[in-house]
Amino acid sequence: MANKHTTRPITTGTSVVGLVYDGGVLLAADTLLSYGSMAKSFNTPRMVSIADRVLLGASGEYSDFQEIVSRVEALALAETTQSMESVYDERTLSAKSLWNYLRAVMYQKRSKMNPFWNDLVVAGFENDAPFLGVIDKLGTTLQENLVATGFGGYLAMPLLREKWRPDLSEGEARALLEDCMKVLFYRDCRASARIQLAKVTKDTCIISEPYELDHSNGWNAPSMQRAVGDLDGDGGW
Amino acid sequence: MASSGSGYDLSASTFSPDGRIFQVEYATKAVENAGTVVGIKCSNGVVLGCAKPIHHKMVVATSGSYKRIHTCDTHIGVASTGFLPDSRVLVQRTTEEAADWLEQYGGKIPPHVLADRLGSYVHYFTLHGALRPFGAAAVIAGHDPDTKECSLHLLEPNGAPYRFYGVATGKGKQAAKTELEKLNLHKTPIAADEAVKQILRILHLLHQESKDSKPIEVEVSWICEASGWKHKGVPKDVLKTSEDWAKEQLEEEEEDDDDDEEMEEES
Repeated sequence: MANKHTTRPITTGTSVVGLVYDGGVLLAADTLLSYGSMAKSFNTPRMVSIADRVLLGASGEYSDFQEIVSRVEALALAETTQSMESVYDERTLSAKSLWNYLRAVMYQKRSKMNPFWNDLVVAGFENDAPFLGVIDKLGTTLQENLVATGFGGYLAMPLLREKWRPDLSEGEARALLEDCMKVLFYRDCRASARIQLAKVTKDTCIISEPYELDHSNGWNAPSMQRAVGDLDGDGGW
Repeated sequence: MASSGSGYDLSASTFSPDGRIFQVEYATKAVENAGTVVGIKCSNGVVLGCAKPIHHKMVVATSGSYKRIHTCDTHIGVASTGFLPDSRVLVQRTTEEAADWLEQYGGKIPPHVLADRLGSYVHYFTLHGALRPFGAAAVIAGHDPDTKECSLHLLEPNGAPYRFYGVATGKGKQAAKTELEKLNLHKTPIAADEAVKQILRILHLLHQESKDSKPIEVEVSWICEASGWKHKGVPKDVLKTSEDWAKEQLEEEEEDDDDDEEMEEES
């Protein structure tokens, strides 16, 4: 019998949104896993730290993401253990190397007609500069200041493009991403208001605990009642 | 050696009439001719140290080309001595075993399991006529993230992985063991920073005592709270102060010895 390949995802996570700001990279993703249209799990992180100053986030099939994570964690460990540098110069995997490695993996998988059903975001900080890149399920890579996977590509990207500046402060970057996540929560049926932020800077690499976006005003937002432009921060557009 | 010419030393698969396997003993000899490795299990961690003889002036000893202490997993450090290429194979195997465990069970391998598995691997090379035993020994320092305990194992060419409070192997094994025993580690374990000092003292002492003293380079690593329970090189500043302390100690001891001798002469 012919091999059966992955033709559709089963348990999925939705968008990952990220941007470069002044001094680092910030990512955001919600913590919902969907089984088709059913909300299956509400508190599952979709962003992980692979090595020092390297973050990986994913939308799409969650089991594929778990497999990718276990593979690249092993790779990151091997980078240290197989290193012939002295014990003082610990070698680790860099964000750019991870991004390129995942390109090869994703391209090979799709060329065998059995892709990992994910769009991946890699963020890092190396050589005194922030790094942000994406790899899609076909193995296409892009290095950008703004990234959004899944529905975020349609719903968050216009907002990001409008509001983003290279000199954005951390606070502004966070507010912008929370705005995006709120829009996604209102308009993407597979998104939730429970999100995580992840940050890489020169000095730190942290992933926040999941927290709930305030959506108490919900559908009462003026822009939800009547389509108007330029109303900030209420989930409308 | 008495065994030479008797024919019982041609293969690792042959016992001599008095129950010895000479090939394994020869392999142990290879270890006894190589750089000294010392390990101490501490009250709050575990420390490894090794002295690398610089057998050629032009060799770049600080680089990885002459690396004696390896990180085989974040929680496992291995200091090896003996025939360098053999010890590389041991280290490679340790790394693979740790990675396989992680892949299969999703957690870190307990250090004693790793030592056991490595023991089986090394032992296998003492069973076949077609194989040559390892001319290398490995001191394995580990921290078990589940039990929060540190451990220290010595693996010798015969494949026996014994667990120790303090251990030494390589050229200065005997003298180092005597020094370690004085520390009474099995009754009163010392702290990791103290162990770094003691290891440096022992390594420098052995170096002073050896006649043909080629210059040495010292490598020291630890697993303790300060290193986040990961296997890391002891920070250079700690190493520097400990080394100064060790050399001072040795000078004092030497002076004391001189004084003693003078006293003896007078009396």
